[in-house]
Amino acid sequence: MAEIRKDAPIDISEDANRELLNDVERGLYDFKDEEREEDFYKVDEGLTEEIVRQISEEKHDPEWMLEFRLKSLKIYHELKVPDWGPPIDGLNMDQIVTYVRSKTGMKGSWEEVPEDIKNAFEKLGIPQAEREALAGVGAQYDSELVYHNVRKDVEEQGVVYTDMESALTGKYAEMVREHFMKLVPPTDHKFAALHGAVWSGGSFVYVPPGTKVDIPLQSYFRLNAPGAGQFEHTLIIVDEGADVHFIEGCSAPKYNVANLHAGCVELFVGKNAHLRYSTIENWSKNMYNLNTKRAICEEGGTIEWISGSFGSHVSYLYPTSVLKGDHSHAEFTGITFAGKGQNLDTGAKMIHLGKNTSSFIDTKSVCKSGGISTYRSSVEIRRQAEGAKASVNCGSLMLDSISRSDTVPAMDIRTDKADVGHEAKIGRISDEAVFYMMSRGISEAEARAMIVSGFANPVSKELPLEYAAEMNNLIKLEMEMG
Amino acid sequence: MAENILEIKGLSAGLANEGEEILHGIDLQVGKGETHVLMGPNGAGKSTLGNVIMGSPVYKVSKGQILLEGGEITKDSVDARAKKGIFLSFQNPLEVPGLSMEAFLRNAIREKTGKPVKIFQFKKKIEETLKLLDMDASYVERDLNVGFSGGEKKKAEIFQLLLLEPKLAILDETDSGLDVDAVRTVSKGIEIFRQNGGTLLIITHSTRILDALTVDHTHVLVDGRIVKHGDGTLVDEINRGGYAKYIG
Ligand SMILES: Nc1ncnc2c1ncn2[C@@H]1O[C@H](COP(=O)(O)OP(=O)(O)OP(=O)(O)O)[C@@H](O)[C@H]1O
Ligand SMILES: [Mg+2]
Repeated sequence: MAEIRKDAPIDISEDANRELLNDVERGLYDFKDEEREEDFYKVDEGLTEEIVRQISEEKHDPEWMLEFRLKSLKIYHELKVPDWGPPIDGLNMDQIVTYVRSKTGMKGSWEEVPEDIKNAFEKLGIPQAEREALAGVGAQYDSELVYHNVRKDVEEQGVVYTDMESALTGKYAEMVREHFMKLVPPTDHKFAALHGAVWSGGSFVYVPPGTKVDIPLQSYFRLNAPGAGQFEHTLIIVDEGADVHFIEGCSAPKYNVANLHAGCVELFVGKNAHLRYSTIENWSKNMYNLNTKRAICEEGGTIEWISGSFGSHVSYLYPTSVLKGDHSHAEFTGITFAGKGQNLDTGAKMIHLGKNTSSFIDTKSVCKSGGISTYRSSVEIRRQAEGAKASVNCGSLMLDSISRSDTVPAMDIRTDKADVGHEAKIGRISDEAVFYMMSRGISEAEARAMIVSGFANPVSKELPLEYAAEMNNLIKLEMEMG
Repeated sequence: MAENILEIKGLSAGLANEGEEILHGIDLQVGKGETHVLMGPNGAGKSTLGNVIMGSPVYKVSKGQILLEGGEITKDSVDARAKKGIFLSFQNPLEVPGLSMEAFLRNAIREKTGKPVKIFQFKKKIEETLKLLDMDASYVERDLNVGFSGGEKKKAEIFQLLLLEPKLAILDETDSGLDVDAVRTVSKGIEIFRQNGGTLLIITHSTRILDALTVDHTHVLVDGRIVKHGDGTLVDEINRGGYAKYIG
C-alpha cells in the first residue's frame, strides 16, 4: 500500500499530507460496521489472477500496469462490500467474473435489450445503428471521424486527448503512470480495487500550461464503443493556468448485459487552472452504478462539477474535490432523478486543506413512483484551512407520497476560522401551481414536467445547450414512466 | 342580444373534499364581446365561481351546467377549457422557479394551437405588449412570477392574457394592489383585449379599473347566490350604498 502512494503527485506539507492520506485510507465514506464477521462476504473465487493476467495481455499493458492490476486484485479480495448505503445484494459478487468478462467479448443480442430501453431510444430519436452500439450489442457507431476532427483541432494547441490504452504507451506514458489511481487508490474501497484490477477504456486528457481550450471535449462518441462504460478510467490533467471543459456521457440509456458499473475519474487541476467536468449519465434500470470521481486542486485552481444522474437501479456517487492549494475553489451542481425501483445515493464531498479555499454544493433530487433518493454530502475543513468558506444547498422534490427523499449532510470543521452555510429543502409539486399552468392551456403532465425541469434548471443552465435540451427530454421521459 | 359565449345554469359547487356548498344555484349569461362585472362582499364566492368556471380540482360541481359557446364544458379538464378559450387571471398568481415566462408562454401557445410557435412573430408580439403595459423586457426572461411584486404579478397576468388571446377572460381582482399608474396601464391592456373582440368577466371591489371601460352588465353575488343583475350603473350604486340592502 505504501509504495502505491510514495510517488503520488501530491507534494504538500507533511501535516497536510498525512491528513490527505488519512482521508484516502478512510475512503470516500467510512466503512463502519467493522464487527461483521470476516466470512460474511465470501472471497470471490470467480475473479482469479489468471483472468486479470489475460485481460492485461489482451490490452497489451506495460509491465507496471500488470503489476498494478494484480496488486489491486489482491486488495479487492481483502476488502468488504460497502454496507452503509443502499443494498447491493442484487449484485452477485460470486459471479464477479461475469461482470468483468462481459466487456471482453460476452455480448447479448438486440432481442435481449429490455423494452424500456428500446422505448427510450425511440423517444430520444436515436438512430438504430447507434441504439445497438449504445445497448452494447451492436457494432461501434461510426463516429470516429467526428471525434477525430475534434481531436485534431485541439491537438494543434498541444492538447492530448486520447483513449487510456494508447495513453499508457504513448508520449505521455510516464505522466499517466505517475497519476494513474493516485487520487483514487485501489485501497479506497472494494470497487476501486476491482476497477484497478480490470479497468478498460476511458479517456486521457492533458492540457499544457496556459492553454485555454475553447470547445468542450466530449467523451460521448467514445462511450459508444461496445462494452465501454463499465470499468472505464478517465484521467485529466490540467496544467498551470490552463482551462478546459470536459463532457462525459449522453442522455441515451446505456445498457450492459452485465449490470455493474465501477468507473473511475481522476482530475488533476494545476495552479490557477480551471476544469469544468460535466456529466449526463443515464444508466439502464438494472445497473449498479458504483462510480468513483475525484479531483484535486492546486493553488488558485478551480474545479466545477456539473452532474445529471439518471437511471441505474442503485447508485453510489459522490464526486470529491480535494482543495489542496490555497485559494483553490470547487463547485458541485447536480441533479439526481430516482424513479420506480431506483435507490440512488448521491451527493458530493469537499475536503478543504488549503487556506482561503472555497466550496459550493448545489444539488437537486427528484423522486417519483416509489423511487428513493438520498442526498449524502460531506464537507471537511481541516485545521490548517483557515479562511475556508463552504456552502451547501440541497433541494428535493417528491412527486408522490410513495417516494422517499433523505438528506444526510455531514460537516467536519476543524478550524473556527471558517465560514460554513447549509440549507436543505424538501418539497412537493403544488397542485395550485399545476392548476395555474393548466389554466393557460398546458396539460397536467406537461405542467408537472415543466415544474420539474424548472427545478432542474440550476443544473441544465450550466450545460451546453444541446445537453440541456437532452436533459429536459430525459426528465420528460422519466416523468412519463410509471 | 349578442350570442352567449358563457352560460351558467343552476350551478352549485363546493370544496371537492367536503360536502358543504359554496355556490348555490348560480345562473349567469355572458354575451360575446360584452363586459361583465361581478361584485360582492368578501367571502361571497366570487373567486370560487371563477375557479369553477376554469375547472379547478379544488371544487366539485354538485348541480348545474357550464356552457361555452353552447357546448357543455362542466366536465372538461382545465387545459381543455383553456384551449377552448377561457382565461382566468389569478387573484394570487403562482411562482414557478426555473421556468421563464417566455418559455412558459411559448409552450402554452404551442399546446393551444398544436403548432410550433413562430419565433419572430412571437418576439414581436412580446415586444409590443411589454411596451403597451409599460413593462421591462427582463420580465419575460425572469422565472415565472418569481420575485415579482404584487403589482408586477398582476401586470404579468394581463401580459399573458394579451399573448394568449382567449375568447373569455375572467379577471379576479386584477386591479387590487396596483398603484394609480399601474391601474391605468392594466385597464389599457384590458381595453385592447376587449377591442379585439374579447369578452370580460371582471371580479372587482373597486371602480378604478372600470373607469376606462364600458360595463354592459353587473352581477352581485352574496353568500353564493346572485342576488342582483343590473347594467353598468349598478357598480356606482353599490359603491355608494354598499351591500347592506342585499344582505338579508
Ligand atoms: N380552497 C378553499 N378552502 C377553504 N375554503 C374555501 C376555499 N375556497 C373558498 N372557500 C370558502 O368559500 C367562501 C368563498 O370564498 P371566495 O374566495 O370565493 O370568496 P370571494 O368572493 O372571492 O372573496 P374575496 O372578495 O375576499 O376575494 C369563503 O367562505 C371561503 O372561505
Ligand atoms: Mg376572491
